Amino acid sequence: MLTRRDTMALGLGVAAVAMVPGVASASAVDDAISAFTGGASVTDGGVTISAPEIAENGNTVPIAVDAPGATEILLLAAGNPTPGVAKFGFGEGAATSRAATRIRLGGTQDVVAIAKMSDGSFARGAVEVKVTIGGCGG
Amino acid sequence: MISRREFLQASIAASALYGISGFGNWSKLSAQQALTQDDLLRFDTFGNVSLIHITDIHAHLKPIWFREPEWNIGVGGVKGKPPHVVGKDFIEMFNLTPGSADAYALTYVDFEALGRTYGRMGGMDRVATVVNAIRADRPDALLLDGGDTWHGSMTSYLTKGQDVVNVMNALGVEAMTSHWEWTFGQDRVREIVADLPFPFLGQNIFDNEWNEPSEEFDPYTWFERGGVKIAVIGQAFPYMPIANPGWKFPDFSFGIRDQRMQEMVDEVRAQGADLVVVLSHNGFDVDRQMASRVTGIDVVLTGHTHDALPEPVIVGETLLIASGSHGKFVTRLDLDVRDGRMMGFRHKLIPIFADVIAPDPEMAALIDNERAPYKDQLEEVIGHTDSLLYRRGNFNGTWDDLICEAIMEERDTEIAMSPGVRWGASLLPGDAITREDIHSVTSMTYGECYRTEMTGDFLKVVLEDVADNIFNPDPYFQQGGDMVRIGGLGYRVDVSAPVNQRISDMTLLSTGEAIDPARNYVVGGWASVNPETEGPQIWDVVENHIRKIGRVALEPNTSVQVTGL
Repeated sequence: MLTRRDTMALGLGVAAVAMVPGVASASAVDDAISAFTGGASVTDGGVTISAPEIAENGNTVPIAVDAPGATEILLLAAGNPTPGVAKFGFGEGAATSRAATRIRLGGTQDVVAIAKMSDGSFARGAVEVKVTIGGCGG
Repeated sequence: MISRREFLQASIAASALYGISGFGNWSKLSAQQALTQDDLLRFDTFGNVSLIHITDIHAHLKPIWFREPEWNIGVGGVKGKPPHVVGKDFIEMFNLTPGSADAYALTYVDFEALGRTYGRMGGMDRVATVVNAIRADRPDALLLDGGDTWHGSMTSYLTKGQDVVNVMNALGVEAMTSHWEWTFGQDRVREIVADLPFPFLGQNIFDNEWNEPSEEFDPYTWFERGGVKIAVIGQAFPYMPIANPGWKFPDFSFGIRDQRMQEMVDEVRAQGADLVVVLSHNGFDVDRQMASRVTGIDVVLTGHTHDALPEPVIVGETLLIASGSHGKFVTRLDLDVRDGRMMGFRHKLIPIFADVIAPDPEMAALIDNERAPYKDQLEEVIGHTDSLLYRRGNFNGTWDDLICEAIMEERDTEIAMSPGVRWGASLLPGDAITREDIHSVTSMTYGECYRTEMTGDFLKVVLEDVADNIFNPDPYFQQGGDMVRIGGLGYRVDVSAPVNQRISDMTLLSTGEAIDPARNYVVGGWASVNPETEGPQIWDVVENHIRKIGRVALEPNTSVQVTGL
């Protein structure tokens, strides 16, 4: 417990300095979404993000996103200094519109996915992932 | 919540699920000092299946004192609900008799006085007597262990869990799940599991490299008992690599994974399960939430949060059973399963009063044999205590105050931190403190006591972060321990505030000055999850301190002010 994993080194005789990650401004997230949608409206639902409730390691968090019928999915880490993570494209031969990757999260934040559907509409999903320095279990 | 009645009928959905909990039946007897083994074991066999549940023994093979919490704050939707009910409120809620054996077993009220009346609890030799009696009654009763079994004592540390494994194998455990087992390292887990005569289950144990279910551990297993096809699904502690050092088990990932739990339930139902039991180490609030999201589970045998509840909590059509910790209780749950449905239950949380239940001679001999090579080390008296020593509770217990005092004295620090774990036995005023007693509250495979510097700002980050792991209103964001214990530093905590806004008024107790966010403070602590942490083992630090002071006498600790209740 007690240490921000992989960035802190307690017990090694070195001073521990708190990491205060930069946080993306709301406009950076909005700008990225606008650039992807071209300003079109986005509806909630239809996009499922699978992520741990609490990251085991904030440096490599497994994330999967599934949006049936999507031709493209934009994945954003809304609380990272730069929110852009990935943009997935699905061709006509894709059996599913599902992608999985691992992302780095600088702190507790929302992971957001915007899906472009084959009819040109946009759908949004989001989950909060907690990044913690850890408690102590029973 | 089931109301206390001799016989109750809880109509659930279309079925008539009905049940009895038999905890309070002997409270009057015990108040009159007439408690006998027969009273504790009395049970009118019911239905066609018996489950026996024991969990979180933390390697405590001998009887102990164990004081239940004075603080167990529930936030959000679980405020005021079991297990977040303590002391007199608990006595009232479950209609116990104040001063009775059951009130002693289940609450902290008058703990010292009642302890001297009713004696120690637990002891795996007594547990063996209870298990054998249940099996004499129902030969195919199914014995399930909820984990946190191998870790927590000096002998388990020295034998890398082997002494406990030998005892549990002799007891006849038929499946288990896990948490602190992993702190012995993944290779040791693999080595022990290879020889276990029963499965080590966890539907949420994943291969870390591929993020797929591990092929090394089964998600579930099958039993045929009383003509009933029973599926037991394991759920390991979800937050192992966060709360414990993940570098000791780098091949594995855990998590709650309730979608996969639903898939497993659907899979076993499709294969003809008449009864679906989840053997869980989620912690009670996580299990309660999971039971509300996953359909088709009949019984969740909960663990991790060390709660002892004299009645099941019912969520939808699912029974949640809480069987305490440290061998203090065993649950017997009889079920009537017909036509692929659980139709009724009879439940008893059996308290293991060590002076009332006769030890099983074979198990007693086995335990003594396991201890024999270390007996002199274990039983050496290091000092005495004039104070009641206990840990359990949301904030500092007296054991933690003593440990923090030892760290500050022996490591020459301004501030000390001690992990908010829930394991460790209690001692009564006047008791000798043996080396084994110190290990009961400190044993672990990463016990190095570090000395470092932290800024005031980082100290607040630590307190806020740990507080959010306990007081986050969403149980899925709780890790199930208690607040980190602090020596040398006072603070105020608003348990109802949002994350990063709970902690205020941090004060360095030695000077009475407010903590300066920019200043560096010398801090000692133990149980760091980081590899290569350096320092003496915490049990040696505590032993040295107790030797110097001879007798422990602690002042009441008022350094934490709790608001927002």
